[in-house]
Amino acid sequence: MYIQPEHSGISKGGRPLSHAEDTGSRRDFLYVATATTGAVAVGAAVWPLVDQMNPSADVQALSSIEIDIDGIEPGTQITKKWRGKPVFIRRRTAEEIEASRNTPLADLPDQTSQNDNKFESDASDENRTLDEAGEWLVMIGVCTHLGCIPIGDGAGDFGGWFCPCHGSHYDAAGRIRKGPAPLNLLVPTSEFLSDTVIKLG
Amino acid sequence: MSGIPHDHYEPKSKPEKWLHKRLPIVGLAYDTLMIPTPKNLNWMWIWGIVLAFTLVLQIVTGIILAMHYTPNITLAFQSVEHIMRDVNYGWLLRYVHMNGASLFFIAVYLHIFRGLYYGSYKAPREVTWIIGMLIYLAMMATGFLGYVLPWGQMSFWGATVITGLFGAIPGVGESLQAWLLGGPAVDNATLNRFFSLHYLLPFVIVALVALHIWAFHTTGNSNPTGVEVRRGSKEDAEKDTLPFWPYFVIKDLYALVVVLIVFAAVVGFMPNYLGHPDNYIMADPLVTPPHIVPEWYYLPFYAILRAFTAEVWVVQFASFITGGIVDAKFFGVVAMFGSIFVMALVPWLDTSKVRSGRFRPAFRFFFWLFAFDFMFLMWLGAMPADGPYASLALLGSAYWFGYFLVILPLLGLFERPTAVPETIEADFDSHYPPKSAE
Repeated sequence: MYIQPEHSGISKGGRPLSHAEDTGSRRDFLYVATATTGAVAVGAAVWPLVDQMNPSADVQALSSIEIDIDGIEPGTQITKKWRGKPVFIRRRTAEEIEASRNTPLADLPDQTSQNDNKFESDASDENRTLDEAGEWLVMIGVCTHLGCIPIGDGAGDFGGWFCPCHGSHYDAAGRIRKGPAPLNLLVPTSEFLSDTVIKLG
Repeated sequence: MSGIPHDHYEPKSKPEKWLHKRLPIVGLAYDTLMIPTPKNLNWMWIWGIVLAFTLVLQIVTGIILAMHYTPNITLAFQSVEHIMRDVNYGWLLRYVHMNGASLFFIAVYLHIFRGLYYGSYKAPREVTWIIGMLIYLAMMATGFLGYVLPWGQMSFWGATVITGLFGAIPGVGESLQAWLLGGPAVDNATLNRFFSLHYLLPFVIVALVALHIWAFHTTGNSNPTGVEVRRGSKEDAEKDTLPFWPYFVIKDLYALVVVLIVFAAVVGFMPNYLGHPDNYIMADPLVTPPHIVPEWYYLPFYAILRAFTAEVWVVQFASFITGGIVDAKFFGVVAMFGSIFVMALVPWLDTSKVRSGRFRPAFRFFFWLFAFDFMFLMWLGAMPADGPYASLALLGSAYWFGYFLVILPLLGLFERPTAVPETIEADFDSHYPPKSAE
């Protein structure tokens, strides 16, 4: 493209600078356009460098498993690894169910059920268990404080779980009662596939 | 480089002149090595050299360990045992690297407390101080990443707890944590990236150290009196200073030898004293050790992290005014990082015109209380987080913040400093009368 001398932006022989302003706005446009294109290109180039840190496809592929619960007696529990974290599956005794159902909601620091199967529900015992009778309790076995694994089988001051790292006490429904943890133990997306098989995820 | 007048490098021979015109690198080395240094520096001014040495030591032993280590969750633990048992001198290199981290932190804490006592952070050395704080943060990150690599129980659960801190950030926390870990929990992806970053960060520290040295070579060293070197003429400056080489190099090397004798004794006779036995059990994602304790050098900050539980009124207040967004967990994280942040701001929080604690009687009292508080929090960080320890940790944390945010700003207004010597020379001569005067 041929650029006329008066558009070069240099004032010659007392020629007014108004022509240079024309060129200036054109230049401004080119600057902004170039910088914008450059920023988008840099962003597009950097994104893979950032996103590679996120969970990879093989990690995400393990997102759903089935667990056989045949043979778990009341008052016992099993721990299964799911998405890199332990999941507690406990078959509660009649006493545990009764104690949990009789706990007033006002005594609970976290008032929400933290149950992925029942969004926006309160922390009553009925909203925590997988079955109507309240026998099966399925929870992510990770303390909601800083991620340690609580000790189970009636541990702690409330007959449920106790986290040894920083002293959080959970009751028999996995609800936080005392200590630094802010939330009840999380109940993952789960369902009964049959009487003896639970699907996680 | 330095603002203090002194002789500069003059190339003499033809090859020297030839190189100097093209790349004045010999001149740079000469000016750095011959920098005029206050002649009254005491033994607390040796830790910089110890730190520089330790950085090199850690990089050299680290590069060697990486030749034998395998960053994979099935092999990492075994490869460390392979280093310990099979690799020639592998046990020595690993124990030096392991305890070298502790040496690094002992030296950096003494270096930082030296700066806090003598007011080294005050104008015009604020930039040196800020860069130093960045180095300290990078050291903490490097130490944490390195501790995960042996893939023992403490490695795994330490990584879980520390990355859990980022999970506490409201809103983005959970996705940020997954991004850091490369999955829902600490796993192979985590170990791989931690190895990569543990290798990278020391070189970032090298770059920061270069800036740190450049900054204080521009302003000149501080010194125990806090009185500036006279810069009116070369003759005046020479009355207050001595060249770094040979005077301070020899002094520092002597101190380094003494420190290394103690270090060698620890490496040789009690290499696991500062470690945790649990880290010789391979990582198990399904079993948390009964008592998770970080390495000793993180303990004061760990105590601050745990001190702010939901029962504390400041936490309840913060939770109330933010509508519950800031909970106890997030507050603890903010307090922990905040405790280092307020230390970084100390050049602007300390309002006293007198630099050195030597001439500030009231400051000295609060400073030593602060030093005690640091040790106190370190002890509390290793204790269980309940009963009396919880309230004591809160008390210790309160003093930490009170020292920087209340005491130092107010002291400068109310304190009456004692007489500060006119010059470094005058102070030096009063301690060591010149021979000719006898």
